[in-house]
Amino acid sequence: MGLEALAESLGQNVLTTTLGKLIGWGRGNSVWPLQFGLACCAIEMIHTATAGVDIARFGSEAMRASPRQADMMIVSRRVSQKMAPILRTIYDQMPEPKWVISMGACASTGGVFNNYALLQGVDKIVPVDVYVPGCPPRPEDLLNALMILQERIKAQGITPRQ
Amino acid sequence: MSTEVGQGMTVTKTGEQGAFGGELLTINFGPHHPSTHGVLRLIVDLDGEQVRRLKPVIGYLHTGIEKQAEALRWQQAVVVTDRHDYLSPPINNLAYALAVEKLLGVDVPPRAKALRVIMSELTRLASHLVWLGTSGIELGASTMLMYCFRERDTILDMNEEISGFRMHTSYIRPGGVMADATPRFFEMLDRFVRTMPSNIDEYESLLTMNPIFRTRTIGIGRLSAEDAKVLGATGPMLRGSGVEWDLRKAMPYSGYENYDFEIATSDLCDCYGRYLVRIKEMREAVKILRQAMDQLPDGPVNIDDRKVLPPPREELETSMEAVIHHFKLFTEGYTVPPGDVYVAVESGRGENGCYVVSDGTHKPRRVKFRAASFANLQPLEQMAMNHMVADMVAIIGTADAVLGDVDR
Repeated sequence: MGLEALAESLGQNVLTTTLGKLIGWGRGNSVWPLQFGLACCAIEMIHTATAGVDIARFGSEAMRASPRQADMMIVSRRVSQKMAPILRTIYDQMPEPKWVISMGACASTGGVFNNYALLQGVDKIVPVDVYVPGCPPRPEDLLNALMILQERIKAQGITPRQ
Repeated sequence: MSTEVGQGMTVTKTGEQGAFGGELLTINFGPHHPSTHGVLRLIVDLDGEQVRRLKPVIGYLHTGIEKQAEALRWQQAVVVTDRHDYLSPPINNLAYALAVEKLLGVDVPPRAKALRVIMSELTRLASHLVWLGTSGIELGASTMLMYCFRERDTILDMNEEISGFRMHTSYIRPGGVMADATPRFFEMLDRFVRTMPSNIDEYESLLTMNPIFRTRTIGIGRLSAEDAKVLGATGPMLRGSGVEWDLRKAMPYSGYENYDFEIATSDLCDCYGRYLVRIKEMREAVKILRQAMDQLPDGPVNIDDRKVLPPPREELETSMEAVIHHFKLFTEGYTVPPGDVYVAVESGRGENGCYVVSDGTHKPRRVKFRAASFANLQPLEQMAMNHMVADMVAIIGTADAVLGDVDR
């Protein structure tokens, strides 16, 4: 079927859906991450964004430097006690709705560094949606986390956080 | 008086008079800023758009790595060495392993030395590729990142083949290396060594004669040889100022004296000079890889000392002594004779030193890393002085500081 014929036949159709599903579909397929690299996992995060793995296939290639334009924060690796208040400020600056992926063992639990310097899990200061295990996780792991998050966003509808 | 100007940035008027009739302003740059290579924070006093004072604030990635090493046994502490300079894990391993081996008084077999050299040079390439890609992006050449990370991916695949892990390999350990390289690793390495020179030509064709790149880097961030020496800069920062100093030549370790390569230097003393040095270093690294592959000796990859390394798996089934050694090593580890030692190796960033103190027990008393990135941040003010704010981005990029290495 040619494009014009397709447009003609579909042009007469009506699709029914709920507003929640429509918004969830739009949000889920355009999650813009905050360009926020902390440590080693940030390098794997760059790998995820480059041609080999290509996060653009999932609509998340637009890394935003400003938290005001970002939907999702990827906490890549260890959060020190000194960094914690800054991370929280950046999180607060992001507009709702927003999501957090905790990437790597250090961000999720402190990892091997059970000591005075590190925050033992970023979920102590920001709510985390998806945890990615690994030290650092493979780019594929991060993509998997993004896909899990997308499914969740699509199911959340108009009001993601109650 | 501070004024909020958005994105968490505040501007403070200092009350000092600038050269252009205006007032000096203090601005806060980072720690969350896309061009600071991590979580570096700079407090900059600006006169119009020119930098008059610059103060780096560090510690935002302080992980307590040195303290953590004291809580781990000698063989376990290898994993934390991976994670301080996270762009060159095998080189960090090597510094630690050489230090512990010096205290133990052992020397690893020639094949282990060659494998260590191969891993070090692959890492140097991977580290320079990250630097080239991110510096390119900062100066507006966004495609550089795609090209550089394409090759970096190949290196990480090789890491995975040889050690089972992409980034933090923990491949080089006191007493040798984790395991011998597989035939597939050498196939991958051979293909890599054959294709890499033309890839470096490709990077150069994008940047070396690029008028925008040249304008952004030539004459920017000047650092004289004297200043570089006084401030403790090492690696490409020092060699970019014309000083011929490379630990691989000056104090050869792990058999570097057997390889034929040149020290890359440049007399330009600016960001462009340091770019040329790093590109040359990448070419030299490929040369060393080729030689190491061709002259790779046969033989064991570990020392034959049951008190330091576990016995081979087969021996456990026939020898009671082997079982005891295995049990002792994995329950309490090995002890290292008391003493202290400093060993330095050349990483992609410069002198990567490791100072180890032993009190004769099965855990290190103190492990201190001499971070090249930390020292390389010291000339930052000197280099950025009287430059525009936009040039500061090029200057931070050229320092190639890994904040994990700075803060540890």
